[in-house]
Amino acid sequence: MRRILFLAQAEVLHIVRDRILLAQTLLVPMVQLIILSNAATFEIRNTPIQIVDFDRTSASRGVVNRLAANGHFQIVDTTPSLARVEERLLDGSITMAVVIPRDFEQSLVKTGLASVQLSVNGEKGSAAGIVQAYATRVLKQYAAGVTRPAQPGGPDRLGAAPPRIDVRMRSRYNPTLNYKYYMVPGILVALMTIIGSLLSAQNIAREKELGTLEQLNVTPITRGQFIIAKLLPFWVLGLIELSLGLLIGTLVFGIPVRGSLPLLYAVAAVYLAVAVGIGLWISALVDTQQQAMFVTFFIVNIYLLMSGLFTPIDSMAPWVQTVTFINPVRHFVAISRAILMKGAGPAEIAEPFLILIGTAALVLFVAVQQYRKRAA
Amino acid sequence: MTALQGLLRKEVFHIRRDRRTATVLVALPVVQVLLFGSAIRTDVDDVRLAVVDPAPNHVTLAFRNRFTAAGVFRIVAVVPRTEDLDPLFQTGTAQQAIVFSHDFAVDLGRGAPARLLLITDATEPNTGSLLQAYAEAVVNQWASESDRAGSLGPARISIVPQIRLRFNPTRASSNLFVPGLMAFVLTIICALMTAISLTREKETGTMEALLVSPLRPWEIIAGKVLPYLAVGFASLLLVLVEARFVFAVPVRGSVLLLLAEGLLYVLVSLAFGILISARTSSQRLAMMGVFLTTLLPNVLLSGFIFPVESMPAVLQWISFIFPGRWFVVIARGIMLKGVGVEYLWRETLYIALLATVLLAASVRSFRERLE
Repeated sequence: MRRILFLAQAEVLHIVRDRILLAQTLLVPMVQLIILSNAATFEIRNTPIQIVDFDRTSASRGVVNRLAANGHFQIVDTTPSLARVEERLLDGSITMAVVIPRDFEQSLVKTGLASVQLSVNGEKGSAAGIVQAYATRVLKQYAAGVTRPAQPGGPDRLGAAPPRIDVRMRSRYNPTLNYKYYMVPGILVALMTIIGSLLSAQNIAREKELGTLEQLNVTPITRGQFIIAKLLPFWVLGLIELSLGLLIGTLVFGIPVRGSLPLLYAVAAVYLAVAVGIGLWISALVDTQQQAMFVTFFIVNIYLLMSGLFTPIDSMAPWVQTVTFINPVRHFVAISRAILMKGAGPAEIAEPFLILIGTAALVLFVAVQQYRKRAA
Repeated sequence: MTALQGLLRKEVFHIRRDRRTATVLVALPVVQVLLFGSAIRTDVDDVRLAVVDPAPNHVTLAFRNRFTAAGVFRIVAVVPRTEDLDPLFQTGTAQQAIVFSHDFAVDLGRGAPARLLLITDATEPNTGSLLQAYAEAVVNQWASESDRAGSLGPARISIVPQIRLRFNPTRASSNLFVPGLMAFVLTIICALMTAISLTREKETGTMEALLVSPLRPWEIIAGKVLPYLAVGFASLLLVLVEARFVFAVPVRGSVLLLLAEGLLYVLVSLAFGILISARTSSQRLAMMGVFLTTLLPNVLLSGFIFPVESMPAVLQWISFIFPGRWFVVIARGIMLKGVGVEYLWRETLYIALLATVLLAASVRSFRERLE
């Protein structure tokens, strides 16, 4: 036990003495958390749109006013020219063009039916889908608010019947649709993963390069002790990172903590064991820091982009969804969101948690085996 | 043979001798684009739906069928009470729930408003709002059909939106994300290549030899950048071929222009790596530097997943310094919209400017070391 502590102490000294490294491990991630959490959003505000009103009647103006008052749209151009629309769609200065045809009002009065063309800039991805949904909703609301004037000679159909289905919508867990609530836990996990795996992989690779690993190998310290002592500081660093991140998350972003924090820490402890274990495994496989960096980089990249952190797992190609099951980041991201936002208890997170525990055991076992082989 | 040619030859030897690394450098982006192109998507085509039906009967059953017949919804659980939904949402078994009121069928028969509650897991707001819109559409469809059936309905008017989704009519996610992905993957690999190649010289001490050689600072930089420009370009070509034939992303504009822009982008990424390595002393710091500056900021600030327009103004300004942000616009512009340089000159100029500044700064920091 004392040996472990000594070695761990040496490791901590290494980290603390290297100011730049310390800044890179603690400061930079927190700054990134604060800045990047603001960037990761699909929210639609003030989307630039163009209105082409060929009709210029009270009905068409009603539609335009509705769109203007909606708050999601910013009308940047009202030039009644389709060529202009084309140009603006091409240079990307509008996300959508609303084209109201010439006979809009007339058609509404005569047949009760009229159409409006929405040209959406598909290049904008999911923003395009949302903008289109908003616009459709505005049109629907407008139509619902206007009753068709009675036609002379037509059947007398005055007065709206009560709606037949009364639909209420409720957004659970994130009623204000705040993207930060969703992204902060995710980005925090990403940073913990990068620091945990990268630093531990690089650390042992560095000892190899410097030749100090040989020295350690001839000391009476056992392999198990060596590995524990090497990984312990990074494991603790990861937990510190988590605490700092949670603090920033609640104080700066006001993210909810609906579930139990001790449970979150328990899961984080297991998860960090996986992260540093992967780092150890990599360092056992490679010879130089450079190789360690490359391999870690590649793996972390895959881990993060295929974890459901940025884009939902449910949208991925089926074969990718299957692959993500072996991705520990996926499970930890899911668990931390479930605990923080949904207030999930042990029973609800049991399945991913068990997978994480299994992964931790497997990774550490394989890493230690691999390490033995190399050192022998 | 000039000194610069000598340095170039030496670099080419470095690359050619280590075939394995060179292969990895060229192949890595291809593999990553393949993986991420299949993973990074935002379309929703399978919704796990839970149903709360306190009094099941033929009306509510017919209504449920409406949802499953829409093709997107899949009923995963039917529970009697609203409280039973919590664990379903918390484990992620269900993403959305329809809750029938107890008297749904009775109210509907009487013509009274029948109450229906749609609960959506909005943890991820984008998916949440999409799911709501889908479910709303199913209910509206039903309502308008039954309106038509009871012929003497109210004098409602309806405005039919004719939607034209320009540039990506099939809504294929890969059309959107693959061009962005190219920018992301290429930056990282290019910045890493040059960052390592320079710091390695520093660590092995051969940098001193380079510095005392008759090579001028800009020649050292050029000697380091040019060979890797070729490697980066090879990578770009492969990734483009992959985008075209594996992901069927169209290239509606000029291929030549796309290649030229890609080359410029590779150059700016290499320049970024050079600058980092010129400023740091060890491989470790250089790589950490590249890592921290390219990985998350590049995913998040380049607009490749999250639209730049949605970001707060300050971040939009910060995103200006990431060349990826501009290349995403260029790549999507050429590939999806088929626009030419007349629409993209601003972005191109910006990347060129950034490359010049980065290279000039690297040359400068070398000169400082010389004095």
